[in-house]
Amino acid sequence: MIVATLVPLQLTALVLVALGAPAIAFTRDPLRQIVVAGLYSWALAILFVVFAAPDVALSMIVVGAVGYPLVVLVAVARTRKGRDE
Amino acid sequence: MTRRARLWLFAPAVAGFGALLVWAVAGLPDFGSTEHRYGYLINHVALPERHMTNAVTALVFDYRGFDTLGEEFILFAAVTGIVLLLRQHERERGRGQSDSTHSDVIRVLGILAVGVGVLIGLWLVAFGFVTPGGGFQGGVAVASGVVLVYLAADYRAWSRVGRLGVLEPLEGIGAGGYVVLGLAALVSGAAFLTNMLGPGVAGTVWSGGSAALVNWFAALEVAAANLLLFREFLEEYIVPLHGRGS
Repeated sequence: MIVATLVPLQLTALVLVALGAPAIAFTRDPLRQIVVAGLYSWALAILFVVFAAPDVALSMIVVGAVGYPLVVLVAVARTRKGRDE
Repeated sequence: MTRRARLWLFAPAVAGFGALLVWAVAGLPDFGSTEHRYGYLINHVALPERHMTNAVTALVFDYRGFDTLGEEFILFAAVTGIVLLLRQHERERGRGQSDSTHSDVIRVLGILAVGVGVLIGLWLVAFGFVTPGGGFQGGVAVASGVVLVYLAADYRAWSRVGRLGVLEPLEGIGAGGYVVLGLAALVSGAAFLTNMLGPGVAGTVWSGGSAALVNWFAALEVAAANLLLFREFLEEYIVPLHGRGS
């Protein structure tokens, strides 16, 4: 049964998400935080896929793994430069 | 605020939030429950009524298209706000910087990724009513494909693609087209945003009737809004960086 194979996947995804969220909070360096947040969005995307919500997963990928890191990265680049001067 | 005072503020807040969360979760339907009336309804009417095989996009751009109009204008207003804020002071426009990448590998792979990214985005939009996807996700994917021009080449190449004279009208057409389609239904005597033009052929790009056009206008708005956003951030952060000193 497809449901029986899905349950372990769902559990794995839930554990990944549960570990990923505090991992972002405990990462203090903004640059590393972007990477961790990007990985966390992938974990969320996998979670949405195995819970049969591929549309939401797509939104999560484009916003979390592409849009958000890009904007934060540019902001960090600028503020870092300002601090060095 | 002292550490102690913060703790006193934090403890009741987290206790209250935790209690509400537990209460809410306890009231949820059981895991794997099939009791979702609205979902059940949409799943059973989307295909026969509209010839749409992806019920989610059917909901977003057709059955609840009016809600999505509001959602689209939230994005429109947010981007307009950012553009207004960031453009307040006169900036030195970047001239003659060289921030191009020196790696041929990044250049080649990057340019290839531009094509792939844009194509995936367009595919997500076009087949929004058939498979998972739609104007919002596809629009962002197209925009991020175009943004790769900056990462793969340099600022000058990007500024030729991400021109204001192109992006601003496109965003306006995207947002306005959505409203015009809604008004067109009104003029024809139906309710706002009523699906017209017939349902088309299920499982093909030609399914969804006029909601397919709504989907494309939303995609245009989302893609242009994201590019504008990226452009403004880039102008704010990168251009002064290179224009100064060096």
